[in-house]
Amino acid sequence: MKNRRTLSVLVEDHPGVLNRVVSLLRRRSFNIDSITVGHSEQPGVSRMTIVVIGQDEEVEQAGKQLYKLMEVLKVVDVTSLNCVAHELALIKVAAKSQTRSEILQIAQIYDARVVDASPTTLLIEATGPETHIDGLLNMLKAFGIRELVRTGPVAMMRGSATVGVKESARAERELAVAGNGTTPHAN
Amino acid sequence: MAATRAAVPETSPSRTSGGLTKTERPVLTGSQIVCRALEDEGVDTVFGYPGGAVIPLYDALPAAGFHHVLVRFEQWAALAAEGYARATGKPGVCLATSGPGATNLVTGLADAMLDSVPIVAITGQVIQPLIGRDAFQEVDITGITLPVTKHNYLVNRIQDLAPTFKEAFHLATSGRPGPVLIDIPKTLFLQKHEYDYPETVYRRGYQPTSVPNMRQVRLAAEAIKKARKPLIMAGHGIMLSGATDLFRTFVEKSGIPVAFTLLGLGTFPESHPLGLGLMGMHGHKHVNDALDECDLLINIGARFDDRATGQVSGFAQNAFVVHVDIDPAEIGKNVRTDVPVVGDAGEVLKLLIPEIEETRRDDWMAWIDSRRDRALDEALEERPAWPEPYTIVKSIAEATNGEAIVTTDVGQHQMWAAQHYGFNHPDRWITSGGLGTMGFGLPSAIGAKIGRPDLEVWAVIGDGGFQMSSNELATAVQENLDLNIAIINNGYLGMVRQWQDLFHAKNYSEVKIGAPNFEKLAEAYGITGITVRCDEEIRPAIDRARSIPGPVLIDFVIEPEANVWPIVPPGAANSGMLHQQRYEG
Repeated sequence: MKNRRTLSVLVEDHPGVLNRVVSLLRRRSFNIDSITVGHSEQPGVSRMTIVVIGQDEEVEQAGKQLYKLMEVLKVVDVTSLNCVAHELALIKVAAKSQTRSEILQIAQIYDARVVDASPTTLLIEATGPETHIDGLLNMLKAFGIRELVRTGPVAMMRGSATVGVKESARAERELAVAGNGTTPHAN
Repeated sequence: MAATRAAVPETSPSRTSGGLTKTERPVLTGSQIVCRALEDEGVDTVFGYPGGAVIPLYDALPAAGFHHVLVRFEQWAALAAEGYARATGKPGVCLATSGPGATNLVTGLADAMLDSVPIVAITGQVIQPLIGRDAFQEVDITGITLPVTKHNYLVNRIQDLAPTFKEAFHLATSGRPGPVLIDIPKTLFLQKHEYDYPETVYRRGYQPTSVPNMRQVRLAAEAIKKARKPLIMAGHGIMLSGATDLFRTFVEKSGIPVAFTLLGLGTFPESHPLGLGLMGMHGHKHVNDALDECDLLINIGARFDDRATGQVSGFAQNAFVVHVDIDPAEIGKNVRTDVPVVGDAGEVLKLLIPEIEETRRDDWMAWIDSRRDRALDEALEERPAWPEPYTIVKSIAEATNGEAIVTTDVGQHQMWAAQHYGFNHPDRWITSGGLGTMGFGLPSAIGAKIGRPDLEVWAVIGDGGFQMSSNELATAVQENLDLNIAIINNGYLGMVRQWQDLFHAKNYSEVKIGAPNFEKLAEAYGITGITVRCDEEIRPAIDRARSIPGPVLIDFVIEPEANVWPIVPPGAANSGMLHQQRYEG
């Protein structure tokens, strides 16, 4: 069965790294749902949050293939871990004077902010889990969505646990490999 | 080979430059840095072709301490480097200019990638201000080669040049070996910088596991203890690890018979009772039968390629599977694995051998022996009038005592050689396994001969593949290489014709291929050409070729529609293999 899995990937911050990661996933026929990249807490290390769709063993294979890239320092499948996965959406919704207050009420329900307005539109910024954004969009649909941009989720584990790399990435890497290798696969 | 060292200022006291004090570091041009780095890596041969972007680099070559082999086409430079690497176990180096020179390397890099061969490819790039502007002979070669290299670099600063070479050689040769490409803008060749070659490499994201987890090794040993009908699948990884001696100890102690993948041939002697022979699509009947019957399959250093496994759902269905591989991504990629052992083949065997007991498996060996197909041997006793491909391959093996390096192209002749040469030594079998690159045979023979001048080299090639790279005869002549070329000439693209024969109702579409008179072609290159048209001429021709120094070409004109038997039809399980119905040859 195909699932959506969220991978938190730490990579060296070099030119071309995003290209290497995306090219690898494409050529091995992994389906990318979304990908976000930005700086991490460590200088020289970027964090990617990649949402892939595939069977569990395909996603495990994707993780192992990612490890083969020199720039990839750590890959953790955070889907089943207790984590916060939020995305940001900017929504430009059609708003006439008669509908404006209703839209504002909906935005309030979803903890969304109005960041810009024009005589015919409102620009709403919303953050939260994907289902939360989906819910907001569903409510705004009737008014007419003029433009939409979503970032795809970024994810972080709850509590004190972290997905990070120490200066020597070796021990963690081997652990991850040993764990991965023991899962039997069907072809 | 010229032993002249690069022109190094007198301030440099020794060859070891790492850790030199500032005053001791020589200031070199980028071109000289490339040459010095190659020397410091112990490179003795570079296969290349000059062009605009690398003219400054070629300017430094006459003073460099390595030999440059001028090929006739860059694609064959990459494959010659591969032949060199596979014959010597050292990384092969190839060099090309920007644009078309660089793109011509791509097939060779892909070939090395799929067969895990250490290659360092150097390409020139247009001057930095022109990058990204579609300049003359500009291509994004790092972008193009992303999927066919283990790693690649576009060097942007002169101070990064030496460290990049250090890292590139480390990546190419360590872990699971593979091709690494370094793209160098012409501007950098002309700049100057202090030369300081690093002694060590540290890359956070690259820490290959070579020593396995002992718990996994013990699980493998337990599986061996329980098994009644165990079988080893031996792959290229054993060769790459340099573990053939350990492997022999393991096989003889455990008493487990060995099935070879195409690239696993030579990891253990086929003349040994436990060395069964080739498995897979054109594997021997008893080997594929053993795969079906075995209750334990120990894959050491092979990646369960589809040509070896056939349809995966029907592969070794009764077997508990142990998979030893240095690349964790290979575990479970194609075939379900019960005990994965991630590590270098040699390191794994070192730990595994003391854990197992000395065992004899007479019943199991007798069962396998009973499955041998003797039809071919019987048929060959009545030798046909024409040169029979099996006889050609066996005659080369007999004449050379099986000690020659054999390179091949891709197709029927490759399978005949794999089935019947009888490989007893490591690093003597050089063939394009994963990519199946036609034209591979001659350039890889050139690389192999240059790498191992002490060994006899035979290139066994089809008439189609030979016409792809026959221009390299000029290189062989220019280098005065003592190598022998056996063309198995059926006037067809034989393997495609065979598939059309068996699976496409004999619709021979575009497989009839004409050719020049090969004997005359050889003469045009100034070398000896011999044509063999009947069975009795085979051995005399081989003996004559061996006695003549320099390149010799033998054109064996064989029966046009001879097929390779047995064959597993595409998409079928190995158990569904087709056997020769009659002796047709």
